[in-house]
Amino acid sequence: MAPADGAAWALREGACPSQSWRRGRCSLGSAGGSLPLTIMAPTDGAAWALRSGACPSQSWRRRAARRGLCGRATAPHNHGGRGRAGPGRELRTGGPRRRGHVTGKMAVFPWHSRHRNYKAEFASCRLEAVPLEFGDYHPLKPITVTESKTKKVSRKGSTSSTSSSSSSSVVDPLSSVLDGTDPLSMFAATADPAATAAATDSSRKKREREDNSIIGSDFEPWASKRGEILARYTTTEKLSINLFMGSEKGKAGTATSAMSEKVRTRLEELDDFEEGSQKELLNLTQQDYVNRIEELNQSLKDAWASDQKVKALKIVIQCSKLLSDTSVIQFYPSKFVLITDILDTFGKLVYERIFSMCVDNRSVLPDHFSPENVNDTAKETCLNWFFKIASIRELIPRFYVEASILKCNKFLSKTGISECLPRLTCMIRGIGDPLVSVYARAYLCRVGMEVAPHLKESLNKNFFDFLLTFKQIHGDTVQNQLVVQGVELPSYLPLYSPAMDWIFQCISYHAPETLLTEMMERCKKLGNNALLLNSVMSAFRAEFIATRSMDFIGMIKECDESGFPKHLLFRSLGLNLALADPPESDRLQILNEAWKVITKLKNPQDYVNCAEVWVEYTCKHFTKREVSTVLADVIKHMTPDRAFEDSYPQLQSIIKKVIAHFHDFSVLFSVEKFLPFLDMFQKESVRVEVCKCIMEVFIKHQQEPTKDPVILNALLHVCKTMHDSVNALTLEDEKRMLAYLINGFIKMVSFGRDFEQQLSFYVEARSMFCNLEPVLVQLIHSVNRLAMETRKVMKGNHSRKTAAFVRACVAYCFITIPSLVGIFARLNLYLHSGQVALANQCLSQADAFFKAAISLIPEVPKMINIDGKMRPSESFLLEFLCNFFSTLLIVPDHPEHGVLSLVRELLGVIQDYTWEDNSDDKVRIYTCVLHLLSAMSQETYLYHVDKVDSNDSLYGGDSKFLAENNKLCETVMAQILEHLKTLAKDEALKRQSSLGLSFFNSILAHGDLRNNRLNQLSVNLWHLAQRHGCADTRTMVKTLEYIKKRSRQPDMGHLTELALRLPLQTRT
Amino acid sequence: MGTSLDIKIKRANKVYHAGEMLSGVVVVSGKDPVQHQGLFLTVEGTVNLQLSAKSVGVFEAFYNSVKPIQIINSTIEMVKPGKFPPGKTEIPFEFPLHVKGNKVLYETYHGVFVNIQYTLRCDMKRSLLAKDLTKTCEFIVHSAPQKGKLTPSPVDFTITPETLQNVKERALLPKFLIRGHLNSTNCVITQPLTGELVVESSEAAIRSIELQLVRVETCGCAEGYARDATEIQNIQIADGDVCRSLSVPIYMVFPRLFTCPTLETTNFKVGKARPQEDTEAALHGGPEARN
Repeated sequence: MAPADGAAWALREGACPSQSWRRGRCSLGSAGGSLPLTIMAPTDGAAWALRSGACPSQSWRRRAARRGLCGRATAPHNHGGRGRAGPGRELRTGGPRRRGHVTGKMAVFPWHSRHRNYKAEFASCRLEAVPLEFGDYHPLKPITVTESKTKKVSRKGSTSSTSSSSSSSVVDPLSSVLDGTDPLSMFAATADPAATAAATDSSRKKREREDNSIIGSDFEPWASKRGEILARYTTTEKLSINLFMGSEKGKAGTATSAMSEKVRTRLEELDDFEEGSQKELLNLTQQDYVNRIEELNQSLKDAWASDQKVKALKIVIQCSKLLSDTSVIQFYPSKFVLITDILDTFGKLVYERIFSMCVDNRSVLPDHFSPENVNDTAKETCLNWFFKIASIRELIPRFYVEASILKCNKFLSKTGISECLPRLTCMIRGIGDPLVSVYARAYLCRVGMEVAPHLKESLNKNFFDFLLTFKQIHGDTVQNQLVVQGVELPSYLPLYSPAMDWIFQCISYHAPETLLTEMMERCKKLGNNALLLNSVMSAFRAEFIATRSMDFIGMIKECDESGFPKHLLFRSLGLNLALADPPESDRLQILNEAWKVITKLKNPQDYVNCAEVWVEYTCKHFTKREVSTVLADVIKHMTPDRAFEDSYPQLQSIIKKVIAHFHDFSVLFSVEKFLPFLDMFQKESVRVEVCKCIMEVFIKHQQEPTKDPVILNALLHVCKTMHDSVNALTLEDEKRMLAYLINGFIKMVSFGRDFEQQLSFYVEARSMFCNLEPVLVQLIHSVNRLAMETRKVMKGNHSRKTAAFVRACVAYCFITIPSLVGIFARLNLYLHSGQVALANQCLSQADAFFKAAISLIPEVPKMINIDGKMRPSESFLLEFLCNFFSTLLIVPDHPEHGVLSLVRELLGVIQDYTWEDNSDDKVRIYTCVLHLLSAMSQETYLYHVDKVDSNDSLYGGDSKFLAENNKLCETVMAQILEHLKTLAKDEALKRQSSLGLSFFNSILAHGDLRNNRLNQLSVNLWHLAQRHGCADTRTMVKTLEYIKKRSRQPDMGHLTELALRLPLQTRT
Repeated sequence: MGTSLDIKIKRANKVYHAGEMLSGVVVVSGKDPVQHQGLFLTVEGTVNLQLSAKSVGVFEAFYNSVKPIQIINSTIEMVKPGKFPPGKTEIPFEFPLHVKGNKVLYETYHGVFVNIQYTLRCDMKRSLLAKDLTKTCEFIVHSAPQKGKLTPSPVDFTITPETLQNVKERALLPKFLIRGHLNSTNCVITQPLTGELVVESSEAAIRSIELQLVRVETCGCAEGYARDATEIQNIQIADGDVCRSLSVPIYMVFPRLFTCPTLETTNFKVGKARPQEDTEAALHGGPEARN
């Protein structure tokens, strides 16, 4: 169902003030007991009108028809616009087609509709409005804080707001439970420092003390670095894994003694040697390598799960041994990540196992346990692990494995970790290769931060030790190695970054300024310090860097050209400046200095990586002029040799940063180079992504509707790009997303009072976005809205010009609707547009809409696709038809076609439609038709459209018209009764009963029961409903009560007699 | 599998000192009632000596094993002949670790030529039809920690090509200078060996620096004494070309089962555990530099 804008709203306005009607309906519902309502669409705006009309009322007033057929004379006047009708004229179908079909059946019972005086009914049903005195109790009145109380509270100086019910006599149940204070403000009150000082002082102090040592959420965890490293440090060279491991055959049986177990493992090891289990896997691609490592990780878990602890340890040792291998050095950082994952797994397994040993059947160890609580077995196991690891021959595996189970020291002694960390730190000094050692340090810092974040000293020690060995990087051993591997220094040095960044980050986390300054000074003193500088910039607090940006620029300039790449340094600096602001005075100079270097970068990849970061700084602190310059520079660098093709992600991120800072789109599009920049996205998928980003930001930030030609042009172009990307393979979700974005744009376009311009925009939009159905729907709604807007401006009296304009709008809708695919979208839009046309006095156009809708109904399929599921369509059709009937009430007859031609035509279509075999929907619809016809036979209709004469004034209660009407009713009733007859079979009795009762209710509400035959029919129906004991006794009782109640009202005396003829079946 | 027999010693690490009370339980479990002719528990402590093939001939080494020396051996009957009910039966036991006469409870030690081992054996005698059940379980004896504070005896050392002993052609050696110190030459066995080592200079790139722990075992027999040095463990303390003039820690945990405090008796000796450092130069197979 389309959102109730334009059309539904118009009808409501045309009918009556909705607010009062809703109240009227509300009161009727409560008064009526069992309300004889038939099924009706519950949600739609227009449906309620007829439903309220169907409500029983107490009296009717017969008024002599004062006007004859003069209505016919007035008709041509109303239909004056017919001569220059819209394009709908050609599509009109001629006359009612199936007229004979319905009327051909024999009518058994005549219909006499009850005369209604809607005004009187409304007046009688309406609840009396009682003005509410200030301070009176009302359940919906908001709880207010009385003034006096607020004053008292503020005098106390407390922050709590004691809210209580107003000074009403009846206490509000919600606030009374709270005893005057709601729990939230109670918390606020207890959070008062004075109140809580005594109670929670100690615990808070403790927490504060821990605060220093516990890692907060502001510490970037390793997990987030992990993926980045894996993606960045890759290789195309072949790798090898050299594993030296036994093919374990599973340890058989339990060991008889410690000794024999030892002997056996030794023997097994010997066996392994003999079998040549030394596996050397050569020529692995990177992906193979990753897979192998993952397999090892899995086999570690498997070995552990199957209780093969020795095998697990062996796997871990062999894995960590791989870290001493620096062949294919570009891959080393990624290798480190992969292997430390295994180590982490291992550390966790060991810790959990020992932890589980501490759990005896009574108690579980708390998270912060002390070693005294650990039982001997657990301690012994833990010690065994450490002894075993201490005897690993090689240094690197011994270091890594011990570091991985560092946490287990907690089981042995309180000081265990604080003793171990410095020892392990010293141990790293034995690692000769600087790259291997720096990663070992990174691992130690990582484990240290995790296990004992308060032990800062060993972190610092790691850093200073690293500085001591820094000169090794430029030493002969490393240089020789690089020559052998054919790696240049500028690509070798960045391999250190992840590890160093991590170490620096650990140290600088919550570190005092003095420490940072000291570290920086020490880095400065070393030569070739670009590498250090980079890590300082990426790890230290952004504010720290930002305030010293000029110093850093100076230092970067001094760095050796041949060493660490400068663009990386500028990138790191730019990242900091994006986060924190440098001093106001330095800003422009910083940009100039930095950009001077950046623009000289030769390699487009390096350039764009750098520029991407600096764009943010530029956007943040400068105007569109500077941004435009920067964008121009990027274009200049990226265009030669189509370099942009390789760096779409970076360019995309530049765009995102720019639009994130320029919320005002008129400014954004006046940035000279913005659109040329967009032209660099030549790959369609990327282009569409960028367009989506732009539109999302537009929808999010554009507050006011706009008619700025610059924005419109640019965004139309953007939307067109998105739209044109749709093809047969586009996913539904993607289409929905695009349509949502385009709709958001269309809604934001407004030319104010220039309606013509607005319409021509919609015409243009239609031609552009014809492939997206939701956009077309939106356009139709927009145009309908435009028509109603025009009507509002003209206060309902169209001039020649506006009338023509409105017809143009209507024509637009009429042409557009058939291009939609969704059948219910089409139906509902026809209906809505018809209503709008009616409201704007375009009668023939409205006719055309309704006829189109009617002729479309036979095409409604049995099943329709809703959110990817097939659902039966009948309920939707029923809903639509009820809605349609409500509108048909006020549609005036065409002077050249017969009486009630539209209704007849619709009835014909309903008759021919192939309904579901086992459903009563057709009869339900007929019942609704009966309601419609009853409403039509009234002297004055329930609602009208302003300036449109409906049939009541056209015919003025002419007897011929009423006779035609009644004839139709009879036919419909005959159909209903026939259907009831077919339900006499066993399995359908229940349906028969309920349908019968509903029909009974309809007659009760709409029929004139003083007519004997109708009276007899209702009695028969009553019996039918009860005949097979299928009726709900309660409903029957209620209905009867209702009839008796009604009979007491004036002019309803005949109901007393009826009530006597309606027996209640006793439950037997 | 029917009946099973198990010994559970109370202490998780199974370590006891002389004079302490060793306690535990013997667990008999089985689905059916167990008929038996008595349950016996034996404590046994022996020193096994083996002659090295290096010092005597191969055959002599094979045949001429020195007779094991018994330190402790006693048996008690825990349960008189009878019947165990089905299910699990725990029979507690305890005995003081005392020796008769002038014998000494040496520390448990598993070496190459000398083995000192203590076992608990539980035997269930059964009728002719069923086999006797036996279960053995090792427990470990440590001598009581020494009284009095140990005075550390630090030692400094310097290794150059000149200090090497077993070199054939001194001229081929690359020049190097390694300095260092050990914090103490006599160590408490439960504490690790610690020290520092600094590579002041080395012509060749260093590949690895290792620390070797060696034991010296001496066995006495009819023909005299046999004295052998064997490696216990080898630990790498530096990998790759370490940074010059930066101290590298020396650190080694003594593997408890395979080392013991220096021990001298009339029949055998277990000598001072002696660490050595080896540096392997990158170019050659590695001339050994020994301390």
